[in-house]
Amino acid sequence: MNEDKDKEVLIEKVREFERRTGKTADSWPDDPNNTASVLKEHRYLSEPVSPAEAERDMFARSRRGFLVGGVAALVGIFSWKWMGDETKAALFRRTFAFNESVSKFFYSTRRLAAEFPPERITRPERFNGAEGLAEEITAADWRLQVKGLPGSTADLTLTIDDVKRLPRTEMITEFKCIEGWSTIVHWAGVRFSDFIAAYSPTITPRDLPKYVLLLTPDEKYFVGWDIESILHPQTLLAYEMNEAPLRHEHGAPLRLASTAKYGIKQIKRVGTIEFTNERPRDFWSQPVFGYDWYSGH
Amino acid sequence: MQKQLEKKHPLAVRWMHWINFPLLTMMIWSGILIYWANPVYGVRILGYELFKFFPQWFYEYLSIPFRLAEGLQLHFFFMWFFAVNGIVYLIYTFVSGEWRALLPIPASLKRAPLVALHDAHIVKSKPPQGKYNDAQRIAYTSVIAMGAGSVITGLAIYKPAQLSWLTSLLGGYEWARWEHFWLMVLFVLFFAVHVFQVAMAGWANFRSMITGYDIVDAAGPTEPTATAATQTGEEVTA
Repeated sequence: MNEDKDKEVLIEKVREFERRTGKTADSWPDDPNNTASVLKEHRYLSEPVSPAEAERDMFARSRRGFLVGGVAALVGIFSWKWMGDETKAALFRRTFAFNESVSKFFYSTRRLAAEFPPERITRPERFNGAEGLAEEITAADWRLQVKGLPGSTADLTLTIDDVKRLPRTEMITEFKCIEGWSTIVHWAGVRFSDFIAAYSPTITPRDLPKYVLLLTPDEKYFVGWDIESILHPQTLLAYEMNEAPLRHEHGAPLRLASTAKYGIKQIKRVGTIEFTNERPRDFWSQPVFGYDWYSGH
Repeated sequence: MQKQLEKKHPLAVRWMHWINFPLLTMMIWSGILIYWANPVYGVRILGYELFKFFPQWFYEYLSIPFRLAEGLQLHFFFMWFFAVNGIVYLIYTFVSGEWRALLPIPASLKRAPLVALHDAHIVKSKPPQGKYNDAQRIAYTSVIAMGAGSVITGLAIYKPAQLSWLTSLLGGYEWARWEHFWLMVLFVLFFAVHVFQVAMAGWANFRSMITGYDIVDAAGPTEPTATAATQTGEEVTA
């Protein structure tokens, strides 16, 4: 308020001064409190020279400046334009890999995403993506195949009741789609880390294979996960969504739900879980689509 | 009258300024490719939508639809250069003392309207000016803060779980995305005003951002010489 009044006074004084004297001030007001003086701004001035000499010097500087700048701009533009699609695709793949290594360097399973009170749950829930859900399967027919889990002698074939017997975890978290939208969902299921602990009790996380491949029963949709992200405490094998059993379009009877990665990685209707040391294939990171394999949060 | 060459913009600042131009352009372009996949923002007053980001013709004219993956590839490539350029600039400005020519002080808020009045030819007297006047100090400091804001809000959207404290601080994931988007709008508005002002300021000013130098009259305008105001004994400081 006071500031505003000061401003008005200042402006009025300038106007009045110009009206009365018919003059204008060069650099008005030439007061010692101007910002440059207060902050002790430096000026860097050459020795006084004749106007012609100043122009000559300036011309030489301009020619050099515009030449260097012009060449730099052209090199930039044309190296980007002439870079082939293959080279660019490789560049972006390498960038994603680099970003992934930076993310992993700072990653910790101890850091959790926000959880929300029940009134924040998004209703009605949003549906998106039906890859791998074409077959009609009942929960009774469904089986979960688990392969390559160290410490368990043979591959496992589990029913939904086997999974539901494991420790139950609930979380109300934000589901984030790579498209940019998000919804808040109440999940219930078994933590992936608890699942591993149940079927491979003697193995420490360090001795686990580096990756996990998850596939739908028809193998039409598949995602690859790094072991650190799938061991995050907010990564569940979920069988309930918003206080009801998972519905068909959300991946009945069992899906992945996690705060550690985008929705594209939270595969619906898991049919096979395969532990592997080779980086698994991943639906949306296939070259034809070009998304980030890691897609981690 | 004798002339002097005044060094205005250090080499490092000139390079970082011009490098930032294509980088920010690519960040905005790839950002719009990403935004298209969930284009939910607009300007609404009393429930009536004045403007939608963006109208359909805009997307079609620039062939934006269905390029989300490409947008993410570009965004997560150029982000490094944008962020590093900005961080180096901050360090340079702090260490070199260039901040003295850049930062506003509280009184700048009071003087900035005089710059606008002068630009609009309502007041003829020139506002006090070092390298920059008070309006420029506010504008250029703001745009640096906006750059920092874009990196911070961007990080909050990029790693909302690992950096959940940051995301929460910004009001949550949805708000962080909104803030990230509106900072982009502010950048575009800044660009429009900046280009207009540079065009109005003329060739010598533009050239100084390429060469670093400008020609000034010997004993330049901010030397403590007697001005019209002090000669007539007017007390004009508020």
